[in-house]
Amino acid sequence: MTAATLSAPLPRGGGVSRFLYGRPGLVLLLLLAPPLLWLGIIYLGSLFTLLAHSFFYLDEFSGVMVREVSLDTWKEFFRSPAHWDVVLRSALMAAAVTLASALIAFPLAYYMVRYAGLRLKGLLYLAVMLPLWSSYLVRVYAWKLILAKEGIVSWLAAQTHLTWLLEALLATPVVGGPSLSTSYLGTFTVFTYIWLPFMILPIVAALERVPATVIEASGDLGANPGQTFRRVILPLAFPGVVAGSIFTFSLTLGDYIIPSIIGKSTPFLGETVYRLQGTAGNIPLAAAFTVVPIVVMGVYLMIAKRLGAFDAL
Amino acid sequence: MAGEGVPAVTFQGVCRHFGEVRAVDEVSFSIADGEFFSMLGPSGSGKTTCLRLIAGFEQPDRGHIQVHGVNVEGVPPFDRDVNTVFQDYALFPHMSVGENVEYGLMIRKVPRAERRKRAEEMLGLVKLDGLYARRPGQLSGGQRQRVALARALINRPRVLLLDEPLGALDLKLREAMQAELKTIQRQVGITFVYVTHDQGEALSMSDRLAVFNHGRIEQIGAPAEVYDHPATQFVAGFVGQTNLLEGYLAQRLGGFPASYAVRPERIRILPAEAEVPPGFASIDGRVSAVTYLGANSRVEVEVDEGGRLQVVEQNVEGGMAMEGRAPGTAVRLVIERRHIQAVSESR
Repeated sequence: MTAATLSAPLPRGGGVSRFLYGRPGLVLLLLLAPPLLWLGIIYLGSLFTLLAHSFFYLDEFSGVMVREVSLDTWKEFFRSPAHWDVVLRSALMAAAVTLASALIAFPLAYYMVRYAGLRLKGLLYLAVMLPLWSSYLVRVYAWKLILAKEGIVSWLAAQTHLTWLLEALLATPVVGGPSLSTSYLGTFTVFTYIWLPFMILPIVAALERVPATVIEASGDLGANPGQTFRRVILPLAFPGVVAGSIFTFSLTLGDYIIPSIIGKSTPFLGETVYRLQGTAGNIPLAAAFTVVPIVVMGVYLMIAKRLGAFDAL
Repeated sequence: MAGEGVPAVTFQGVCRHFGEVRAVDEVSFSIADGEFFSMLGPSGSGKTTCLRLIAGFEQPDRGHIQVHGVNVEGVPPFDRDVNTVFQDYALFPHMSVGENVEYGLMIRKVPRAERRKRAEEMLGLVKLDGLYARRPGQLSGGQRQRVALARALINRPRVLLLDEPLGALDLKLREAMQAELKTIQRQVGITFVYVTHDQGEALSMSDRLAVFNHGRIEQIGAPAEVYDHPATQFVAGFVGQTNLLEGYLAQRLGGFPASYAVRPERIRILPAEAEVPPGFASIDGRVSAVTYLGANSRVEVEVDEGGRLQVVEQNVEGGMAMEGRAPGTAVRLVIERRHIQAVSESR
């Protein structure tokens, strides 16, 4: 190598980089503008438009929406006990599905994070994600066949001489019914199945962030595994459970397909909104109903914050 | 400071293998009650695994471990009278400093008021008064380290295990904490088992230290003993700096064609043709390089008959250019014969 090649400066490119260097504000603006516009106009904008509709009302005679601000729709919403039934039924279902998902997801997530080897962990991830790759409708209809009166579950119960157990379950008041596919029990099962991955993944993420030494330290300081779980693992993984529950709770609350295919004919929130804005043509009342899950989730998040769910974030 | 009576920790032929890797291989030693015992070695030498075996996070594949005379095989960590200060501190991020320190007492159902009192005392001992309500995330590395220490000591364990507790601290803080840990150990009188890869730390703090290599102990002894009389080539090279003499240099300075170790600061540089004092071995050469290190300088000398020796000299006079140390200067090196230490091949 000669002295000339050493001393000659190398050609440089990157005119744009040099322009942007020292203008961090501009970089931020360029990066954030498209997603912010999307979020602000298309997402939040349409949501607020929808909510605004709940302050319009339907003309009783013509059935046409009147674009004037009034509380008539809300009065109608609060007057009818049937509306409250829908809200309560949906909220209870969402709570039950969330609880069941958390109970199923936590041990699985814990196993994936703490015990499974690299290969097994990959396989388990795949197993959790795989159902999400197939159509939701296909899976729900598959469950209808599984839960039907002449379906796989009844057949299995018969083969294992457990028909009495299935019948006892179906005879349970409220949640039971003529068959699993026409009972709340069935709706609950399918909801839990469909939303379970959304609970597992955040819990896995939360547990991954708990250092192994923290768990060892708890044992080292005299805590048995039960105490370690209660005092250390659960509090540290709780934000993950809350994140998962936000998914399972809100997804269950708003879903209108599963309860229309599996379960009783009594309507859930999503179905009600669907019917009101479609066949009934009552957009203002449908809008009022959509406010409900938003309020419920708001209250839920406030409680979660009170419980300290976000402290360890 | 080897105490009387039952040793605090005893290893007898302990093995712990991870697949093909022999993390701990036929290790035997015993630690006296109240001793500050260091386990020194490079990473992967088995020192941390030994610590985890004492804590109960690992179980030995073979051999026996006793803590205060009691066999601890199959005893889970939470039933052992031993506490650990973890390398990453492992503080509970969702609890305050005080709650962290009290954790062991809370598990043992000590009443809240007493817990609080003892936690404040402990925080005083580690000089963290007034930080009871802070969160670990709000503390500096050095403060977290002290919380971890207080959290372990509050349970009054019979043996305290420390896994490279100062590894994440910067140099000044580390030196201050070394002195402080030693003071605390004297105050509480608990046996400390201290894992480190820093030979300076091990030498300055320990009553005795064990040098680990490839899952085995190469040498156990008091710091000065290990430094002055390294048993193996590995110990000579790992604990402090050394000139390893082999072949011609060994024959010439040690008298036998074996292996010898000479500490660089034990070699004196005299002018060429200077008289050799009685009891000293001597060899002639030329200065090949000088490295200025502040408190001292490292002088490399090319021996006339081949080979190279490092000499460390105190910079008593000050200044950088030292008289008679310019590269190429002919010099005579003299070494007191008792400082030429025969060492064996590493075990």
